[in-house]
Amino acid sequence: MDVFDKLQLLTNSAKYDVACTSSGVDRKGTGAGIGNAEGCGICHSFSADGRCISLLKVLMSNACVYDCKYCVNRSSNDIKRTSFTPRELADLTVNFYRRNYIEGLFLSSAVVKNPDYTCERMIEVLRILRTEYRFQGYIHAKAIPGADSALLTRLGYLADRMSVNIELPSRQSLERLAPDKSKASILRPMGLLTERIAENRQDMVVYNHAQKFAPAGQSTQMIVGATPETDYTIINLSAALYKKYGLKRVFYSAYIPVSDNPALPSVDTKPPLLREHRLYQADWLLRFYGFDASELLDQEHQNFNPYIDPKCNWAVNHMDIFPLEVNRAPKELLLRVPGIGLKNTERILTARRVSKLDFTALKKIGVVLKRAQYFITCDGRMAEGLKITPDSVMRSLISENRQEQLMREQNVQMSLFDNTITRGDVVKCLSGQM
Amino acid sequence: MFERADVVYVFDGSYEGLLCCVFESYARKETPRDVVPELDEQLTFYERRYVSTDETKAGRVERGIIKAARTEAAETGRLFYLTCCQEKGITFLLYAQICLTYGAKTHLMITDDTIKKVREAVSHLTREAHQLKGFVRFSVNGSAMTSIIEPKNFVLPLLREYFCNRYRNEAFLIYDKAHKAALIYSSGESDIIPVEDFEEPETEDDEERFRELWRLFYNTVAIEERENPRCRMSHMQKRYWEHMTEMRCTQESGVRNQGLVTGRGGLHGGKKTEKTARREARVCDLSCVQYADG
Ligand code: SF4
Repeated sequence: MDVFDKLQLLTNSAKYDVACTSSGVDRKGTGAGIGNAEGCGICHSFSADGRCISLLKVLMSNACVYDCKYCVNRSSNDIKRTSFTPRELADLTVNFYRRNYIEGLFLSSAVVKNPDYTCERMIEVLRILRTEYRFQGYIHAKAIPGADSALLTRLGYLADRMSVNIELPSRQSLERLAPDKSKASILRPMGLLTERIAENRQDMVVYNHAQKFAPAGQSTQMIVGATPETDYTIINLSAALYKKYGLKRVFYSAYIPVSDNPALPSVDTKPPLLREHRLYQADWLLRFYGFDASELLDQEHQNFNPYIDPKCNWAVNHMDIFPLEVNRAPKELLLRVPGIGLKNTERILTARRVSKLDFTALKKIGVVLKRAQYFITCDGRMAEGLKITPDSVMRSLISENRQEQLMREQNVQMSLFDNTITRGDVVKCLSGQM
Repeated sequence: MFERADVVYVFDGSYEGLLCCVFESYARKETPRDVVPELDEQLTFYERRYVSTDETKAGRVERGIIKAARTEAAETGRLFYLTCCQEKGITFLLYAQICLTYGAKTHLMITDDTIKKVREAVSHLTREAHQLKGFVRFSVNGSAMTSIIEPKNFVLPLLREYFCNRYRNEAFLIYDKAHKAALIYSSGESDIIPVEDFEEPETEDDEERFRELWRLFYNTVAIEERENPRCRMSHMQKRYWEHMTEMRCTQESGVRNQGLVTGRGGLHGGKKTEKTARREARVCDLSCVQYADG
């Protein structure tokens, strides 16, 4: 098989991993070799599905000995099998990098022979890159569950970011669909990475030139929609991962049917993209907006409202704290106003030091008044001519794209404001019963 | 500020020239109707007054801005000079006046029209520069690497340090076709020079091979079930495509990579028209962008 065929097969097998970012490490290149890294990450292209391409994302091999039911590479699946040699892959990476196609390499692998062997092959690719080519670009390496901790540690010293994918958000689902894996086999390497990262940060403080271990931290991915877990379960798990394991990112991947196993959604199921979108929004609220998972969903409301985003949803359910006076409200509360983002909050805090803000000023700052107007006052006044009817509120809180999206995914014909959804529904939704 | 005078300042187009217009306005205690570079032949009803460039005056104005409103304010002004903002000249002059008048308070005046215009133009510039850090494509020919870009703003000064560091042991050239200038780098030295025209050299076999491999990767990595051209277009506007390897016609087959066109072997097949695709546009992937809804 030539490199073209390998690249095609091994990209195809890797593409369902959604982690694409090259962020988290700022590194100036020095001396011999090639490359550097930017803290904010750089997108090099966007594929036809609108996803960012930053790294050469491929598998080392797709010849898996395991049989996870949700995965294209499962041993029982009848597909062509192949592997890159470490040198082939290192050469490809450097040649792509030189042409500025990519920020670096995202290396993962199916389990070939056994986890240790797989891990050694991956280390070899990274070794060639780092020591022979003196490659200082970005490398994201997947920790292979079950591999020896000494090997994982070596991998971590060569990579910028490491990840262990949780894939299925509960123990039961793992048992059912990934017979060769267990919650423990996933959490163990994750814990190991967390520990190493913490130790290493300590070493960095003590010894100036300590070698860096996964300086861009650790991330994971969960598949959404393959199993029955609710958004509530998923987002609580994410919150725990951020807290307990100090993860940098949790990625969500809408399940795309790859197998007609009866334990999985049927092959003609559309990927739940809107749900994935909501989870990302909620994830942002956890990480940057000071929200707690328990504020977003609870036992009674286990899933995100498809019509409005989680932040709006929180706001319409907490009308008692609104409207906020923009000229006085503290930062934590401004962040909770729909239509006011992180940047706008900073700007409001700055601008109000010199002058009282009115709605025109807010507009200039970049606040999305269409959404924010229901939740704020400027100098005691609401926006002029604002009619607060459930209809008008909902209309401005729901974007048209979302409506279209929803209709397509649920395969139903409905017009949001004509018949299917009545005013009553809207009122119910506003008061949080939907 | 000073009263409006029915006059248009004309400067030589340089940053120093622009600073001298600020000097002129203070010397005459007036604010001109407009400030335009000499190449701008636009008809105007007002008197055109040529303001000659003088390094000493320019230096005084810049130091004045730094002293009054700190280095960041001056830096913003410098960046603003690189933008493609309409009415750049007069806006710069008004901006300088604000800095000199309000001093350290300038950065708090977020809602002022001039400040807003400057802020938006500068963020357009920095966004474009950031995008191009990713979208620049080099062709490797022997030991030299070349690239062509066509940005709206003059981004080369913002790309200089980044690419010189990244490819510190290479020799390369980035040609800005829109501004007729090039960033050149070799053996540790870099420069930005005016270049009238630049033709990409003939490609070698090896180069062609890596381009094909890259296109194959690009087409394969997209997930068919998630196809979303509108989202792609909003992250990577069409104007960049012409100079991006993966978005250009493949030489042999002439296939346009607009939708999910099959690379080799035919895993995806079937190409949708841009129109149906747009109708089917779905929510945007959020794995690497900011929380969009505020
Ligand atoms: S271990 Fe499971 S998820 Fe990983 S490649 Fe093998 S079958 Fe797929």
